[in-house]
Amino acid sequence: MSTSATGPSTHAIELRGIGKRFPGVIANHDVDITIRTGTIHALVGENGAGKSTLMKILYGVQKPDEGSITVNGKHVTFSTPADAIAEGIGMVFQHFMLADNLTVLENVTLGAEKLHGIGDSAREEILKISRRYGFALDPDELVETLGVGERQRVEILKVLYRGARIIILDEPTAVLVPQEVDALFDNLRQLKDQGHTLIFISHKLDEVLAVADDITVIRRGTTVATVEPADVTARKLAELMVGSELPSPSTEESTVTDRVLLSVSGIELRDAAGRPELTGISFEIHAGEVLGIAGVEGNGQSELVETLIGMRHPVAGTVRLRTSEEGDQDITRWSTRERREAGIGYIPEDRQRHGLLLDSPLWENRILGHQTRPPSVKGPWLDVKGARDDSQRIVSAYDVRTPGIDTTARALSGGNQQKFIVGREMSGDPILLMASHPTRGVDVGAQAQIWDHIKRARSEGLAVLLISADLDELIGLSDSIRVLLRGRLVGEFDPQTVTPQELGSAMTGAGEDA
Amino acid sequence: MNLAKRAALGLAAPVLALVVAAVVASLVLVGTGDDVAGFWKTLLTWPQGRNIVNILNASAILYISGVAAAIGFRMNLFNIGVEGQYRVATFAAAAFAGAGWLPGKLNTVVAVLVAMLAGALWAGIAGLLRTTRGVSEVISTIMLNAIAGSLVGYLLTRVGSSTGNTRSTKQIEQGSWVGGITIFGDSPTKLFGLSLVAVVVGVLFWLLLNRTRFGFDLRASGASETAAVASGVDVRRMIVISMLMSGAVAGLIGMPTLFGDAHNYGSSFQTGIGFAGIAVALLGRNNPVGIAFGALIFAFLTEQGNLLNILVGVSPDIVAVTQGVIVIAVVIAYEIVRRYRVRLEQASVGEQLEAQPAPQPKEPVS
Repeated sequence: MSTSATGPSTHAIELRGIGKRFPGVIANHDVDITIRTGTIHALVGENGAGKSTLMKILYGVQKPDEGSITVNGKHVTFSTPADAIAEGIGMVFQHFMLADNLTVLENVTLGAEKLHGIGDSAREEILKISRRYGFALDPDELVETLGVGERQRVEILKVLYRGARIIILDEPTAVLVPQEVDALFDNLRQLKDQGHTLIFISHKLDEVLAVADDITVIRRGTTVATVEPADVTARKLAELMVGSELPSPSTEESTVTDRVLLSVSGIELRDAAGRPELTGISFEIHAGEVLGIAGVEGNGQSELVETLIGMRHPVAGTVRLRTSEEGDQDITRWSTRERREAGIGYIPEDRQRHGLLLDSPLWENRILGHQTRPPSVKGPWLDVKGARDDSQRIVSAYDVRTPGIDTTARALSGGNQQKFIVGREMSGDPILLMASHPTRGVDVGAQAQIWDHIKRARSEGLAVLLISADLDELIGLSDSIRVLLRGRLVGEFDPQTVTPQELGSAMTGAGEDA
Repeated sequence: MNLAKRAALGLAAPVLALVVAAVVASLVLVGTGDDVAGFWKTLLTWPQGRNIVNILNASAILYISGVAAAIGFRMNLFNIGVEGQYRVATFAAAAFAGAGWLPGKLNTVVAVLVAMLAGALWAGIAGLLRTTRGVSEVISTIMLNAIAGSLVGYLLTRVGSSTGNTRSTKQIEQGSWVGGITIFGDSPTKLFGLSLVAVVVGVLFWLLLNRTRFGFDLRASGASETAAVASGVDVRRMIVISMLMSGAVAGLIGMPTLFGDAHNYGSSFQTGIGFAGIAVALLGRNNPVGIAFGALIFAFLTEQGNLLNILVGVSPDIVAVTQGVIVIAVVIAYEIVRRYRVRLEQASVGEQLEAQPAPQPKEPVS
């Protein structure tokens, strides 16, 4: 696509004064961004800062309430993504939109059959693109056999195939391990060298500094600064993003005791078809210890947590829990409720599905998971006043930003929902907390608060099983880190000395034979 | 949201649905060339004392049926089998009371318990099939309805006796009847004594749902099964228990008529209340107060509909059409209002939070 230049053609995109409001929420206001042709332009900001809305506006998914968009010097208005595609803008979404049971060729041509058909000329075109940018993709391979990095390249190939010269990548590294990130960046640089313009959305600052030519920071819906990587440090960028002092997950002095609280040995879990999901899982957590579990998602983390909370039952192995009243007990066969009553708190991975009744008011959500314990109940009866008072306590102690405890959980933002869940699970003096991705999708302010709460409880003797995809969070909070790969624990690391690269190798199995 | 706004939103859906239903029913009448004005005049005339008592009796029975269905619905358990459960239960109670093993009112009390037990067991079959074999309760309860009809018919031939061409259980002794309550002195029609059971059922249902742990577990399972499981609810156990409860309440449906009017169970005993109860529960959003309104509206329409043929020559079936349209319209209207309410609430949360100053991130604990 040629740049039909009527203005300065060195600017691929100019956004001026973009604003977008949703009921009660200002997603964007006064956004000004200039993106130079043939550069990698990073857009950084914490979750909820308005990056995604802005990109949806640029891709024609949402219409802005105000402001103007200029592409290659031409003033444009997009009503649908098709309009954006016609202007040479393509988007690679964070969650892949591929049909697993189709080949690369079929996925790429799907919906774009008019360009090169679905036969040999399409195959040739795909091979041409793949070779030019070093994608190494075979058009006739089934997508289900591809790894995450390859799938992402298929997504990028899809937009190139449709003639995109400007490509938006929404948090492309979120699903990748460090080695794959490096490969992606090589691809992006090659694309840039061929004259493409790339917009890279991320909140991982080291990556942004490594790959971007320009960086625009978004905070609270508006652009606060555009900088060049040479002029800033990660710390400075983070401060621009947060607008204040930077939270740090690092734990200071160790509070690990010699009292084993949870002891897991030889756990084997099978799925409905009898295939192993967890194999030979053994570990111990002491009072006052945070055990971090690293791993690429889908390697058994969810299954491990569900086994420990009693939602799944293993075919072999034992789980023992030491409580102050009863001493050491075998809880392998206990129900979820019995485990919760014994003092296991659970911050689920999917808070909306497992942690909340979305259409119920907050005070009823306080009762969830505590149906048999005060202050929510008295005998078989609900204690409405007790539950309401304690909800009020959680709202103020955990800084849950809500108009009141009669607001339904659905109306709160993700970060505030999560703070409420953390507050609830910390109630009733738990002895063990299982935290699955406790700060995923949570803004930086809430993240710092959640980390603080975990650290404080740990110093008071709480044992924590922490599962996270955020390696910085794992390294910063954990007293020791184990890696889960294909349902087995494969490595043990000291967070004081481990690097993300070492963890990344263990997570992908690169160091398996060593 | 303030209270007035909440109340207005709460009323919006049912009012909207009734208006839509009225429009659709009128259109149907226009289409069939019937007397639209006469239809509405007849339907909306204030009923006479005798009709009011009939309406109250029918509402009580429909209400119990509605609650029976709602117990399951509140946890996404679609017990379509209230019909079969109450037929089995009423037969069991009638056969037991008719046998007259116990004297006077003791006979009545125990027979009512027998009805609840029979209803619970019949519903429990579906609950067990669901938890042990994963059979959808919708399918199993529909099948159990069919089986119930045949089973009761067969048992009537074994234990019942014939009068004319109907078979029925033995007449219950007069000492075990439950007398009616006179409301209007000028009419011989009385309110069934056991209609008051509906009030008890309603109050207990409300208490159970809103004030007990069990009710919370029930609602949580219905609102989000995944969240309920994660919170420690044993959903399989909840399915069996709520099926048993649903069936036990269904067992009460036939009691006001059995002890107040029919005094035996036979092939002429009223049928179809179980299905009407599903509609009433939907109409009342499975809410104890809402179901009461739903039951009253249905009973009112049915009673007034009886006059249509006589006064304006319109088939009373049009009333069934209207009732059906009300249910569909209500389901749609509630969803529309629910979405509107969610948007409104999110907007109001946004507004209220904007008014607050942004909190500073706290210093990390060292």
